[in-house]
Amino acid sequence: MVRLITHNLLACHVKGCTTNNFPLQFQDVQIELQEAEFNPDFVRNLLPRLEWGALVDAAKQVGDTSLPPEQPEMTDDDVLQKLHHVLLEIHITEGAMVCSNCKHIYPISNGIPNMLLSEHEIG
Amino acid sequence: MIPTPDLSHLTKDDYEYVYEPAEDTFLFLDGLELEVDELRTSKPSICLEIGSGSGCVSAFLASILGTSTALFLCTDINQFASSCTLATGRQNKTPLDPIIGSLATPLLQRLRHSVDILLFNPPYVPTNMDEADGAQHTAGIQGSWAGGTDGMQVTDVFLKDVEVLLSDTGKFYLVAIKQNDIPGIRHRMMTEYGLKSVIITQRRAGREHLFIIKFSR
Repeated sequence: MVRLITHNLLACHVKGCTTNNFPLQFQDVQIELQEAEFNPDFVRNLLPRLEWGALVDAAKQVGDTSLPPEQPEMTDDDVLQKLHHVLLEIHITEGAMVCSNCKHIYPISNGIPNMLLSEHEIG
Repeated sequence: MIPTPDLSHLTKDDYEYVYEPAEDTFLFLDGLELEVDELRTSKPSICLEIGSGSGCVSAFLASILGTSTALFLCTDINQFASSCTLATGRQNKTPLDPIIGSLATPLLQRLRHSVDILLFNPPYVPTNMDEADGAQHTAGIQGSWAGGTDGMQVTDVFLKDVEVLLSDTGKFYLVAIKQNDIPGIRHRMMTEYGLKSVIITQRRAGREHLFIIKFSR
């Protein structure tokens, strides 16, 4: 299950691809929603590790526009609930993630991203 | 007593391609259980297991910490292992997030100094180097144990990334055997990366003398 939290932590790692290699762009994705237990502390702890813009963008690509474009200063329960849903309940089951820079395609199959590179792409 | 994760969904066919939990796995679980209090009070948010195989260890960690308290990322170079990890997460009602990938490479850029709990039960068995190279290349079950000279061929590559990944309070738990030269590993991690270490537990299992080592800042 590629959740948006996972997507927010993956970058293209092809040899020499070091700029504009994050975030990866979704391509032809299929989505599944799965309810997850809401833990406000956990979501709050994830905040400093997120790239907000990349998250908002990824959410839009999968049809969710509930997040504000800028990271809110006050994270009340309402914001945390929305974040919880976007980060942890939207699952990408099929499709691909494409690097904006080198165009490398990382497939997603049965909910698992394949980030392996071939020998000549490894740095 | 923390129950061992339910692996009843995995079959003989799965274990043709994926390492079946064995003495080293169970010692890893025992080691983590000894750390229960510390693991819980440190309130980790991001956990990462390298080479998750069946997913048994991460599922166990999740049952220690609570399944909604942290992210459980699990990489494996073997796609069959990643599928088993996902299934083990489902079976144990734990959201494990498997990624097919080599060590932590796709996560290194974004997880700099962010990982609170890092786990690795590496291919530690001494073999010849070609065997270990080939095993990683074909990404099959042999890659779960063939470790090259001193059994450190794969571990050595990953040890270079540990300090970069660990958060301020992060802990790295590593499985090793005596032939890996444990005093040497600990000394190198201290002098090259400033990471201190302690042996959590050890056990003789047949020909293997297994250790669980914890590294931290």
